[in-house]
Amino acid sequence: MATPTGLRLPSYRQDPEGTHPPMDFAGYRSTKLRHPTQPLVLLPQMLTEVTGPLLGPGRLGEHDNDLTRQHSGEPQGQRIIVTGRLLDGDGRPIRDSLVEIWQANAGGRYRHTGDRWPSPLDPNFDGLGRALTDADGRYEFTTIKPGAYPWKNHDNAWRPAHIHFSVFGAAFTQRLVTQMYFPDDPLFGQDPIFNSIPDEKARQRMISRFDLERTEEQWALAFQFDIVVRGREQSVFEDEEDEDQ
Amino acid sequence: MSSLGSTPSQTVGPYLSIGLPWEDGPFVVPDGTQGAVWIRGMVSDGEGAPVPDALVETWQADPSGRFDHPDDPRGRGESGFRGFGRCPTDERGEYGILTLLPGILPSGDGGDQAPHIDVSVFARGMLSRVVTRIYFEDQDNSGDAVLASVPEERRATLVAAKAGDGYRFDVRLQGEGETVFFAV
Repeated sequence: MATPTGLRLPSYRQDPEGTHPPMDFAGYRSTKLRHPTQPLVLLPQMLTEVTGPLLGPGRLGEHDNDLTRQHSGEPQGQRIIVTGRLLDGDGRPIRDSLVEIWQANAGGRYRHTGDRWPSPLDPNFDGLGRALTDADGRYEFTTIKPGAYPWKNHDNAWRPAHIHFSVFGAAFTQRLVTQMYFPDDPLFGQDPIFNSIPDEKARQRMISRFDLERTEEQWALAFQFDIVVRGREQSVFEDEEDEDQ
Repeated sequence: MSSLGSTPSQTVGPYLSIGLPWEDGPFVVPDGTQGAVWIRGMVSDGEGAPVPDALVETWQADPSGRFDHPDDPRGRGESGFRGFGRCPTDERGEYGILTLLPGILPSGDGGDQAPHIDVSVFARGMLSRVVTRIYFEDQDNSGDAVLASVPEERRATLVAAKAGDGYRFDVRLQGEGETVFFAV
């Protein structure tokens, strides 16, 4: 918007209905006491909302993007390479942006005191990684394919194998935490967290693609997972005289 | 230009503390910084029980009201102020962020925004983050359009109270005294 003070801010499009899960979802029992019951108040996109933290190389340690090299020994399980791009809704790469992941080990166990699933902990696998996107928005991790694991949400409930992803984008409005799934997982049908996304096409965007081209012979399978955050409103780029009419 | 659908939000799950917290996360400014204040509070659920597996993230302007970001149309602030804080809740549901009070910001219509901090809360049991704002009881909040847009009887949930070495800002996800959350 053009204003007396000359503040012209970018603004970010709302995602279509059904892209994101509802806050209350009966199938995922833990939402019951944790979802707001009052209507959300619309927050106009002002300076605080259209800016965001720029977290650079200072956040990275030496083997943060290779979860198989964080200990002296090799972790158990199937080594995989996960690559992708961080893009906005208009296909623009988001460069120099921090991508964080965390996951279970090959047996479906997290290195967390709260995880009581009696699958062995792997002394050579912590399950956390960080990377920065390059000028083309690309990131890459080497890790171990996480295992599925049971949880107590419903009878015989199992989480499909997944890797948690956290991205910042370029603005507070673009902040996103999601989960990457693997193709053709037989556990999708009974998983309320995966199925909490109302729009079928949006739900499919959480499933990575097997990437034969990036697979390394005799060494690792590869999966490709692009992450898309909200695009900018086109009006930002219109001429001043198109506005205030 | 092609239009791509966004990747959906998913819960952080119960084990976010493996991947997200940083040792220096709660310190927007280093301990001992002149004028720094602690913002502390509890995240609680619909029964008033503490939420021990949440993560609170904060984003704000520096004390002069600037952002170290290229999209600040007044020019990028060069203070080096990170502006970002991140703290997981402990077993009592408590978090704490050490920061400097943000400055007054232009609202874009010739007015001012009162000093405020944007907040994201993530937790097991929440499929998406919730977003709120922190205002401060000892600042002049009278002209703030965002605060004024909130029903008067709920406005107090956005205002941090003076406490000890800083402020107290509790987040009630649901029920009596439910915090105002925003669609951004």
